[in-house]
Order: sequence, then C-alpha cells, then structure tokens
Amino acid sequence: MIRVAVVGLGKMGISHLGLARPLDGVEVAAVCDSTGYILDILAKYTGLNTYTDYTKMLAECPLDAVIIATPSRFHVDMVKTALEKGIHVFCEKPFTLSAADSTMLSELARAKGLVNQVGYHYRFVGAFREVKRLLEAGALGEISHVMAEAYGPVVLKPKGSTWRTQRAEGGGCLYDYAAHPLNLLNWYFGMPTSVGGSVLGKIFSRDTDDEVYGTLYWEDGKTAQISVNWSDESYRKMSTKISIWGTKGRIYADRQEVQLYAREAEGLPEGYTAGWNVRYTTELTKEVDFYIRGEEYSAQLEYFVQAIAEKRGDNVNDFASAAQTDSVIGMLINDAEAGPKAVSDAPIARAPQKKRFSLFKR
Amino acid sequence: MDKLLFGDNQFFGVNHMSEEKARAQSMRFQEIGAVIDVLDAALDEGIRTFMCTTHDRIAMVADHMRANPTRYADYVFYPCMPYAHKYANAVTEEGPLGALKKFMPSEGLLDAAMRGGMSLARKDVEGISTLLIDAEMKMFQGLNTPVIFVQNVVTDLILGMGFNEAFRIFADHIRNRYGAEPGFITMNTPRLVPVLEALGIKNPIVCSNINKIGFRMSGGMEAYERTLRNHEFRAIAMSVFASGALKPDEAISWICDQPNIESIVFGASNRGNIRNTRELVDKYWRTKF
Repeated sequence: MIRVAVVGLGKMGISHLGLARPLDGVEVAAVCDSTGYILDILAKYTGLNTYTDYTKMLAECPLDAVIIATPSRFHVDMVKTALEKGIHVFCEKPFTLSAADSTMLSELARAKGLVNQVGYHYRFVGAFREVKRLLEAGALGEISHVMAEAYGPVVLKPKGSTWRTQRAEGGGCLYDYAAHPLNLLNWYFGMPTSVGGSVLGKIFSRDTDDEVYGTLYWEDGKTAQISVNWSDESYRKMSTKISIWGTKGRIYADRQEVQLYAREAEGLPEGYTAGWNVRYTTELTKEVDFYIRGEEYSAQLEYFVQAIAEKRGDNVNDFASAAQTDSVIGMLINDAEAGPKAVSDAPIARAPQKKRFSLFKR
Repeated sequence: MDKLLFGDNQFFGVNHMSEEKARAQSMRFQEIGAVIDVLDAALDEGIRTFMCTTHDRIAMVADHMRANPTRYADYVFYPCMPYAHKYANAVTEEGPLGALKKFMPSEGLLDAAMRGGMSLARKDVEGISTLLIDAEMKMFQGLNTPVIFVQNVVTDLILGMGFNEAFRIFADHIRNRYGAEPGFITMNTPRLVPVLEALGIKNPIVCSNINKIGFRMSGGMEAYERTLRNHEFRAIAMSVFASGALKPDEAISWICDQPNIESIVFGASNRGNIRNTRELVDKYWRTKF
C-alpha cells in the first residue's frame, strides 16, 4: 500500500482526493487543509484522518507520498519539507512562482531519488499525446511556427480579493491558464531562448492579468505565439488548442481531436495518409479505471502512483519540466513589464538571416 | 421508464467529438424556441421523456410546458442535478464553504433560510444537501418528475471520496419529498452499484455510458457486463453512439443485445435523426424481448 496525503482541499484538492481514494494500491492516509469546517465534515462522513497543520501531519502520519494542491505561493516550503522527509511529491501547477525555486526543488528531488510530478494534465490528454507522437515521428518536417491558445470563462466581472486575484500569490490568467499552453510548447519543443511582444492585459482584474499574448523564439528559428484569455464567456469551459506549421504539413489539436494535413505520405505513422487525417478523442483516449471529470486527471494520478511503485526516475511532468514553464512565465512577466520597444521606420542594418525553409529554394 | 429518453447535451454545446460542432449547436439553440421545436419533434415521434440538466435555460422549457398543459399533459421530466459548472466555479472562487453559503436559500422562506443557517452551523450534510436539492427542483413545480438524477461528476466525486452516506440522503429525500425514484448518473457503474446495494438502496436507476467501443466505461467492458448480469439495478445506457464514433445501426443493434438495459437516452437536433433512432430501436429491441 502506498500511503498518500492530500493537502489543500479547494477544487483541485477535492478532485484529487476523489480520484486517489479508489486507486489500486493506494491508501489516503490523511488530508490537510487550513479550514477546519470541510475537514470536520470529511472526518464525520468519510472517516478520513484530518489535519489543519501540515508539519504536524508529516510528523505524526507515516506517508509515502503527498498530493499538494494549495495556492502556489505555499508550494516551495511544502514540497521542500516533504522531499527532505523522503516523501514522493505530486504538486499542482504552476509549480512555483520562481524558476530558481523550481530548479532547486527539482535538484533536491533528484538527489533524494524521489518521484516528482506536476499536474500539467494536458500531457495526459490523448489528442495532445498524439501530437507529441506525430512530431517525434517527424510528420511535420521542420517546424516553423506554432500558435498555442487557451480561452475560457473564469473572470467575467471585477471581483473581491483572494489569492486568485493577485499575481504575487500565483493568481491570474498567466499562471492559471497560459501555463498550460506554455507547458505544451515546452513539452513539444523544449526551452525557447527568448520572448518578445509580451502583453499581460487586464480586462476585469485589478491586481493580475486576464489575457496573455506573446511570441516565443527558439534557437533554430522556430517561433510560437500564445494567445490566452480567461475572460471569454463564449467558451463553455477552458479550451486549449494548438496549431503547428511545418515543412511537411500542419497540425491542429484540441482536447477532442487532432487534425493533420500532410503534404506527403512518406514518414507518417501507420494509418496516416497524405492530405487530411482526423483522429478523435474516442480513439485516442485510453480508458481509466476510475473517472470523475476527464480521463487525464485520473491518468496522471495512476501514472504518479505507478512511478512510485516502479521507482521510476524519468516520469512525465517532472519538476524539471515544470521549472521550464515557470522560467518562460518569468520571461513573459519581465518582457511585459519592460513594455513595448520603440521602433522607428528608418532603415536598419539587416539581422543575419535565420535558417528557414523556403518554398522557392527547392 | 420508456425505452427511449431524450437527452439535452446538444442544446448546451456539449459535444465530445468536436469543439466546432459544439459551438454550432450553441448558436443554433440560443433561442429557447429552437430547443422546444426539437422537443416537440421528439414528442411527435412518441418520445415524451426529457432527461435534462437543471440549467437555468431548462426553466424556460418548464415554463413553456406549464403554459400548454393540454399538449404536454403526459410529458415527463427526468431532472439531473446539479448543473455542476455553477458549483465548480463557485468553489474555485470562494472555496467549498463559500460556495455552499452562496447557494443556500438566503431569502424567501424564512424557514428555509433558518434551516440553511442551522445546517451549515451544525455541519449537517443532510440539511444542507436537501435544501440544495429543493432549490434545484423549484423550476419543475407542477410538472411530472418521476425520476430525479444526480449528475455524474457529483456521483463519481462522492463515490471516489467515499462519502457514501450522501447517496442515501439523496435517495431518501427524493422518495419522501418528491415521491420519485432516485437515479444516479455515473462513469463508474461497476464500482457504484455494489455501494448502492450496501447502502440498502434497492433496485436503483443507474445511467452510464454503454457502447460497443467501451468509450468512457471506466473499469472496462467486462466489468460492465458482469455488473449488468449479476446485480439488480435498472440500467439506462447513454452515449450509445460513443459521441458519433459508431454508426447508428451498429450502435443500436449492439446495445439491444446487452442484458438488462431498460432504457436508452440519446440526443438529436432534428426530427430525421430522432426518427432514425426510434426506428432502429423498434427494430432491434423487438427481436430482443
């Protein structure tokens, strides 16, 4: 039995609790939250062992792993304490509010040989996994540009103050929404070398951003743009999508489907042909053992527990990969704060041409 | 229960296949008149049960039915509660306790407000949840609601957390207050049914995905088959077309071959599709019984 505690019982924590308890080989040994009210109800009706004090829980309750779903500003201390006690950690995203902290925790986890995973669940969505597989197979050839988007209805009017309304505490569209498409970009293409044209716009919020736009540049000349808005009520729920252009075709993907337009059949994975290919979530999704709100949420926890059982050190969504995303978030904040660069219309010395695919050179 | 029940996903831009299609549906059903036209088409095809979320817009459908009692005398609603997005957003913003406070009755009946406050203070889940159920049921006053469901996200969250007592509270309240049968929508039938049995909820109505490709049948196809054969419950199959991955004929002929399925719930946006489904069910269901 792997003994797990769930820490922080907001929306994500409650969802993790509901998914963790039915997992094979897992015992939820404790839950921890700062509000006694919810804990009392849980203790009364579910018999769970409850704590309001994280340190006390770690001292009293023998644990193999913790699932941390507290506001992001608490992550560093909580994750560090757990790792130092030799406890495996699954932590919600965004991982920390500073790439340096994220890297420190990643190194600590590695030194201790502990499984470390962050809840970027899109890496467990069938359609986005298929995109990864297609890219690795070289289905698009050389990638030139990517558009990564996320829209949804979170902040639709000015609001009172909670941690979610404060960027300093990890609230806002950048940390909450944009982190997901950024993390997908990191997964597919690694770290960009720079960012530009970053906009962290406010629509309704006072102390954080509601929309995020920007350009990411990679060393090989590839670029990506992100366009994210969490004040868009025309979407029923969060919708994340990615479009990728390469020398051999184009991919569009969202949670429901992958569309590949391939210029040629050569080099495509089995079953794909030249021209349009569409794969739906019904064929791309592996069934999970227990479902609450999307296979990916179940799958990421099943995976975490399996990684512990198998003592794997190379899991998907490790702290190091989340540190990349935290680092890009930091770059976007710095770039946005620096503001737009004044550019005149006078002729300038041309920058050296980047290596680029051209239709006319073939 | 009728063999065929009409679902409501298509009216709210829920489509598990394509976001584009979902948006087109949202546009088409923006006016409640377009929803009522499709319900009328289904009624003309003999499908008189509407299994629907307790979404604000359904209140408008309910108003329409109340205003036309002759046409809808035999019409039946199977409410499915709660409309989960409403609560999920509130939990995100205000935490679980804040969300509870927000949806407890605060005006109107002094009695309800008092009961709410007392229940919250005593951490009395029975008092809290029955008040929330009553609030969701308000829109159906005066209409037939012989079966009342808990939505799958809530059923499965309760099941996952092991908050089993909540199922008993729901079942008792639905029977006592509404004289209706409690229903449970789930994505985890093989795990839910034994829990309901252990709670003494007899022959419960359980609605879940059942389709030929096993889409969203958590725990696996075999476990579903075993549960259908060996346990006493009234099964409703949903997502029989697996969100469009299966051809109608293939999907319906397969589902009619499965043991102990009492009803099928399906959604459609036009009379042609409604009729096709009804004709397929007439064809294959008859050979079964």
